[in-house]
Amino acid sequence: MNFAASPVLALTLPTWRSRLLLYVFMACFALLLGRAVYLQGLNNDFLQAKGESRYSRVIEIPANRGRILDRNGEALAISTPVKSIWAIPGEVHPSERQLARLGALLEMSPREIERRLADTGRDFVFLKRQIPPEVAERIAGLHIPGLFENREYRRYYPSGEVTAQVLGFTGADDIGQEGVELAFQDGLAGKPGSRRVIKDRLGQTVEDVESIKAAQDGHDLALALDVRIQNLAYSQLKAAVAQHRAKAGGVVVLDVDTGELLALANFPTYNPNNRNKLAGAQLRNRTLTDTFEPGSTLKPFTVALALEGGRVRPDSVIQIAPGSLSIGAATIHDAHFERSLTVAQVIQKSSNVGAAKIALALSAESMWEMFRDVGFGTAPGLGFPGEAAGKLRPYRSWRPIEQATMSYGHGISVSLVQLARAYSVFARDGELVPLSMLHVDIPPAARRVMAVRTAAAVRAMLEMAVNRSGTAPRAQIMGYRVAGKTGTAHKQENGNYAADKYVASFVGFAPASHPRLVIAVMIDEPSAGRYYGGTVAAPVFAQVMAGALRVLDVPPDGPMRPIELPPEGEEVKESV
Amino acid sequence: MTRLNLLLVVVLTACALGLVTSQHRARTLFGELEQEQERSRQLGVEYGQLQLEASTWAVHARVERIASRQLHMRVPDAKRLQIVRPQETAK
Repeated sequence: MNFAASPVLALTLPTWRSRLLLYVFMACFALLLGRAVYLQGLNNDFLQAKGESRYSRVIEIPANRGRILDRNGEALAISTPVKSIWAIPGEVHPSERQLARLGALLEMSPREIERRLADTGRDFVFLKRQIPPEVAERIAGLHIPGLFENREYRRYYPSGEVTAQVLGFTGADDIGQEGVELAFQDGLAGKPGSRRVIKDRLGQTVEDVESIKAAQDGHDLALALDVRIQNLAYSQLKAAVAQHRAKAGGVVVLDVDTGELLALANFPTYNPNNRNKLAGAQLRNRTLTDTFEPGSTLKPFTVALALEGGRVRPDSVIQIAPGSLSIGAATIHDAHFERSLTVAQVIQKSSNVGAAKIALALSAESMWEMFRDVGFGTAPGLGFPGEAAGKLRPYRSWRPIEQATMSYGHGISVSLVQLARAYSVFARDGELVPLSMLHVDIPPAARRVMAVRTAAAVRAMLEMAVNRSGTAPRAQIMGYRVAGKTGTAHKQENGNYAADKYVASFVGFAPASHPRLVIAVMIDEPSAGRYYGGTVAAPVFAQVMAGALRVLDVPPDGPMRPIELPPEGEEVKESV
Repeated sequence: MTRLNLLLVVVLTACALGLVTSQHRARTLFGELEQEQERSRQLGVEYGQLQLEASTWAVHARVERIASRQLHMRVPDAKRLQIVRPQETAK
């Protein structure tokens, strides 16, 4: 049968109807095609991002904070990763047993944990920060939902209290807060990086797509500090502060050739690894941040200036009798009575009258210039937070009595580091070297502030001050020639000098034939009866210097015979 | 013509399988690399901790305490010291 010929099927429809349908379909297809082109070709960012978010992840690459090392490469500060445990309070529902275990691991009572988790409105609560990684692993082993861990760093200081004020410390996020940690924060801090990777269904990384930012570990920092000398200085200082029942103290050890600070010891101190009870007095690095009136340790600078101008020679005789000097309403006294002294003996016996008489022959301007040239009145420029500049008033405002008192170190204030640096001028033939907290390979250029001859002459006087008829026989070291000067000053309190509060100090260098180290010692308010620089500070100097010279293998330049001390009670008393 | 087409199909399949294999291998190797890198990080951390431990043991105060109290060591006094200078030995 021929269907085509069937009259029933022979429908006659107008052709436009099929055409119309064809066009409608074609239009639909065109629409779909256009949409597809739009989504996949022209405006594909959104979908691309959605797709990528299914498999690609950005991972943070942690960076370590640099270590702090001493000059011999011994580690003084190291960061190691620790964990912190945090929780989303609303999602944590631990069982009784889990809670007890968690409490035991975190060293917290279950009630304390519950109290922290009580506020279910919050999305983030730290349970405990800075816990050891092993403990964190065991906490993860408890499988408590809603509890997470974070990677953090904690800084450890193996040398503890000995280097506390030099190094400072970092906060919870490993950012420097004090001391060297703060001063050199930029170099020490690492820069965490990030990279994009592809992860599979199981969460494993299968492909590295790109490195967004390379992680940069912080640089290690080599300090000028020598831990052996620092430790020596600290232990001697601690013993001296205890023996003389002093309030505080400081020791500075300076390398004469390079200007490196080999030790900066402070007392009182603190343990940087456990900073629970901290007070400002413990935190300060008083060798750098605290200033005091130095007293007689400034006399050599006055004498140097007078020698430099050719006004006096070391053997010029100065009349001291009657043992006091009146300038206006004020009178300057000497503790011991001498009829006359040579300039060298003024330093040796530490005569205030002698120093004042020398000073009054000098112009105020030249004295001010000398003090400024050896670094007083300006901060030493170490970059250490809070380093003090000290007080050196402009010479135009000096009255004659002030000029006289300044010659023996009153009416002017300096930090211990400034004092040590100023003495390096005598130690290195009249040159002032820039100081450095960091290890120095090439000695920096020094600036000449006085003639070689002047420095050598003062050095000889300072050596006399340390022998048995000087003010500091206790600064002697067997086998080495030592030069130095004592200082004993009344402390200022509310603008007046306190009668019974002193600062005892000693600054010196050795070996005197070719100085290698300058050491400055300051003991604040010794209150066990003795307060002279020669009895309180000089023995500390001798101990630290002897040890440091031994550590540095400096050959002895003096006779190997026992130290001669004057008989008890006959020591030369310093004028205060 | 048909033969050539068949040959090309075979080559194409082989290439495709090769690609799959090499991709798989690349991923396994990458996984291993990741693990090794993680291990190196771990070792770095451990090195830091060991350094810390070493410096803690070597703290000078502790060494000094042990030397003087347990081993009864002390610095010889100057009477027992003899200094030998290099130029003297050369004579």
